[in-house]
Amino acid sequence: MIKSVLVINTQGKPRLTKFYDILTVEKQQELLRSVFGVLCSRADNVSNFVEAESIFGPDSRLVYKHYATLYFVIVFDSSENELAMLDLIQVFVETLDKCFRNVSELDMVFNYSKLHNILDGIIFGGQVMETSSAEIIRAVEEISKLEAASNSISLVPKTVSGWRSR
Amino acid sequence: MASPSLMDTLFQRGLDDIIKGVRHQQSSTESIFISRVIEEIRREIKSTDLQTKSTALQKLTYLNSIHFIDMSWASFHAIECISSPTFSHKKIGYLAISQSFSESTPVILLISNQLRKDLKSGNEFEVSLALDCLSRIGTVDLCRDLASEVFILMSSSKVFIRKKAIGIVLRLFEKYPDAVRVCFKKLVESLEGSDSPIVSAVVGVFCELSAKDPRSYLPLAPEFYRILVDSKNNWVLIKVLKIFVKLAPLEPRLAKRLVEPICDHMRKTGAKSLVFECIRTVVTSFTEYESAMKLAAAKIREFLMEDDPNLKYLGLHAISIMAPKHLWAVLENKDVVIQSLSDEDPNIKLESLRLVMAMASESNLMETCRVLVNYALKSDPDFCNEILGSILSTCCQNVYEVIIDFDWYVSLLGEMSRIPNCKKGEEIENQLIDIGMRVKDVRPELVRIARDLLIDPALLGNPFLHRLLSAAAWVCGEYVEFSRNPVELMEALLQPRTSLLPSSIRTVYMQSAFKILIFCIHSYFLQKEDMTSEVSDLASKRECSESSDLATGKALVQSDQDEGFNPRESNQSYEYPSAVDTGDGQSSTPTFMEKKSLMHESIVNLLNLMELVLSPLSGSLDVEIQERACNVLGFIELVQQEFSNPLIRKEANLDREEVIASRVVEWVHDGFTEELGPVSVTAQDRVPIPDELVLKENLTDLEAICGGVELPAPGSFSLTSPYYGESAVFSVSNLQAEEDSEPSTESTSLLTEHRKRHELYYLPSEKNKIPANDYPPANDPSSSISTNDATEDLVKLADQSLVSKRKPNHAKPRPVVVKLEEGEAAPVVSKKPELKDDLLSGAIHDILLGNEAKAASSQSNPSDKSSSKRKGKAKHVDLLDSKENLAVGEQPNHENPSSRRSKHRGDGKQKSKKSKGKKNGDGREDDGEKESQKIRDHHGRHKSRQRADAPINVVPQTPDIPDYLL
Repeated sequence: MIKSVLVINTQGKPRLTKFYDILTVEKQQELLRSVFGVLCSRADNVSNFVEAESIFGPDSRLVYKHYATLYFVIVFDSSENELAMLDLIQVFVETLDKCFRNVSELDMVFNYSKLHNILDGIIFGGQVMETSSAEIIRAVEEISKLEAASNSISLVPKTVSGWRSR
Repeated sequence: MASPSLMDTLFQRGLDDIIKGVRHQQSSTESIFISRVIEEIRREIKSTDLQTKSTALQKLTYLNSIHFIDMSWASFHAIECISSPTFSHKKIGYLAISQSFSESTPVILLISNQLRKDLKSGNEFEVSLALDCLSRIGTVDLCRDLASEVFILMSSSKVFIRKKAIGIVLRLFEKYPDAVRVCFKKLVESLEGSDSPIVSAVVGVFCELSAKDPRSYLPLAPEFYRILVDSKNNWVLIKVLKIFVKLAPLEPRLAKRLVEPICDHMRKTGAKSLVFECIRTVVTSFTEYESAMKLAAAKIREFLMEDDPNLKYLGLHAISIMAPKHLWAVLENKDVVIQSLSDEDPNIKLESLRLVMAMASESNLMETCRVLVNYALKSDPDFCNEILGSILSTCCQNVYEVIIDFDWYVSLLGEMSRIPNCKKGEEIENQLIDIGMRVKDVRPELVRIARDLLIDPALLGNPFLHRLLSAAAWVCGEYVEFSRNPVELMEALLQPRTSLLPSSIRTVYMQSAFKILIFCIHSYFLQKEDMTSEVSDLASKRECSESSDLATGKALVQSDQDEGFNPRESNQSYEYPSAVDTGDGQSSTPTFMEKKSLMHESIVNLLNLMELVLSPLSGSLDVEIQERACNVLGFIELVQQEFSNPLIRKEANLDREEVIASRVVEWVHDGFTEELGPVSVTAQDRVPIPDELVLKENLTDLEAICGGVELPAPGSFSLTSPYYGESAVFSVSNLQAEEDSEPSTESTSLLTEHRKRHELYYLPSEKNKIPANDYPPANDPSSSISTNDATEDLVKLADQSLVSKRKPNHAKPRPVVVKLEEGEAAPVVSKKPELKDDLLSGAIHDILLGNEAKAASSQSNPSDKSSSKRKGKAKHVDLLDSKENLAVGEQPNHENPSSRRSKHRGDGKQKSKKSKGKKNGDGREDDGEKESQKIRDHHGRHKSRQRADAPINVVPQTPDIPDYLL
């Protein structure tokens, strides 16, 4: 079972947080801080595993990958394979890359909703549901289409940005 | 951003605007900006226009997940959004709900209908949204209400929906175990095929389920085996392996069949994750299969040779799983392990440290520890403490099994505590005391080490070592007879820097100083008995020299004057004991007492020193310190009359007073020399609770009386440490001794009387037990004899329980280590599985094996609970009736709930209630037949197996499963 997926930039700012257990915002913030505290002190060429039981409680493991300015973190328990989780991060990043064409931190910042679509396409309720990025992208695009279609019904966009982009 | 502009009020800002806005803020103004945005959102979210509302909600959800802003207040608005017909609103609403709702959200039940509607929607993405939401926040009620919808979705033609519906079953089973009856069959059917995403989802669900209760899924082993052999999907294979790790210990026959395919995967696959999972499976579950272990070891070796630190780490990790049973695997890779100790990766270092310690044995322990301690000196603080911690834990395993030379180990402990980064004071403390109590032969060395620690003023400044110092102080006080120089110890214990210590440890220092004082005076008296004349000479000398000073007999004046001439005296006395030096610690005791006779001056000096240091402490705010200081001061006053005030004593009086003082000293000394042994952790349990003792009486009345009374600070008492308990007892006896000498004997006799009368409630002092559990007869005049007895007992006991491990090639024989047989008396902790799991496994058991008796237990759940649940249940049954006709077996249960409940009670102890169960069972046999028939029909694949199982299932706890996989 996957407990949490986090994307944090190298300054410690969260770019995506997803907790599959119900936690209060204070607890989430605390966990995020502790995770970042551990990650930022690690050198680049060391292994991608971090002892997580002190942060997330018993039977929890943490793998992360460092891409450019971002840390991608997955927290999980003993029913997942460590290397498979690293692969999963790879799948996630590849999918992002395909969706945004050379994904950068800025894409992550401005595509909050799409980010969640992609992640929900991969992980469902803490379980890995899809690992083929083509399948994920297909679903995400369908969802985007649906959203666009439903939005176009409201003829006058009310938001400033929508208004500008006309 | 001075004030809300016209634009702000006319046009709503979208999420992108907010993100841009936050990015333009300085970190100082960010929170102001955000709170302004929240205000805006609060206004917008109340809008009747769903577009405005959902945009506001989206902004809030974003701020919640990225800036950790509370959004629980918006839960109702989220529900409004999901009821919108527009997909994008729905999506925003669902994301908000799954992010912010919890079981305690009051409006959570309101989403039940909307969820049902969306689960039935024709749009697969709407269904997916609802499923996703349910998987995150599904409560008992939601799961119960929506189980049937999920069940329908499990046969959806769309893979996208089907796999999610399967995934959600996990939540469903967890919250509402009765869902098993509806969904489980479908779940098992979905295992067919081997590479579809469906199988991946089902295997994932079974992996989670079997982690909680593997036994229930044992009958599915053939299915999993087929997947293990057929599947090409690494994700699926990894999950199947995880399932088998759980199942293998339950069914020994599984291993034989599994080893081959697992090794096959290990050889063929290129995926490291799968290889590692195979290795882990083999080294945890199939350790007795030599060839598989060899293959795993070879694969591990490959991992270790890789440059990737991840693989190296996992390789080392796998070896450490093997280490306890297959040490050869560690030894084979010894070079890599040692080398990894200096790796830059902290994970790798830790693993290799663990392995190095696993390799430690009697023969190489000293060398290993020496290398590691040197290494600890050079490494960073964290790892240094990891090293020290692992040395400590390895050495104390099984009552110091690996240690032959305790003198060496004790000095290693001393050395370790001097490492600058050492934070292991507490562990070292425990071991020092433990070794002191268990290993008699090491005490002289132990006292020497403790002395070195005590006199080192640098250690007092490190708060991590305070606990360690308290152990050193205790050791010095308890085993002072092995000390070469008690006076020096006393000075160390009373040095001014002890004020740096926390009060709880200071009290140990004071108590130890008191013990040393008693020891010194006692040996002085002993020696005086031999050489009375000599001492009286000394006394008369003193009389001459100080006659002018001591004119009045009043105690107060005396003490002042004593302090006055203290420095002068100290110069004299300090020089002679330091000359004491004997080679062997053990023989130093008699040497010290015989050759270097304690002079009168030195005793007086000790008394003065103590009085000087402790007088200010008698006014301490800490009760423990204050009490001990008062005890000791009282005692000093008692003895001092005789030592420092010989002038006013008349010759006739001298004998009598001296007798009183020496008797008091004798008693206290006897109390202190009482041997302390290790106490079994189960000792308390062996005391039967007296009949007249009411333990469960309601004490609320007492609260009213004691309400105003404040309890002492918790820090001042520590009842768990063995030596605290002891010192507390002694201080009581001291108090008695100082107040007047008569009652002290009285109290002893009272004690013995009490003991005689309530013999039953005391622990047996003989019967092969160490007398440490006894109430120490501190002032018992005959205790010197009993001490000897006790010591003999101890030695006897030690001889009996000691596993003689003397190695001929060792120069020193291993000293006796006292052990307690704890195994037999250890309370058996039988952890009852959680009710819910019980229900779940019962239900699954029922489905898989057609066990009627177990079914009753899981079905009784709703009837035990509220009636509303009953209703839900009934609805359920109707639905099933029309759909699947599966409820045949359930209906009789509604007719006689009482008998069902009684069956549920006897669930665990089926055998004892067998007769009763039979009566019910007779009537229900038909139903059971019918139901299992049904299942067989639906479940053709397992027909033969289930039929074979049916008769055995009467005893549900031991599902003896016929040979699988054949």
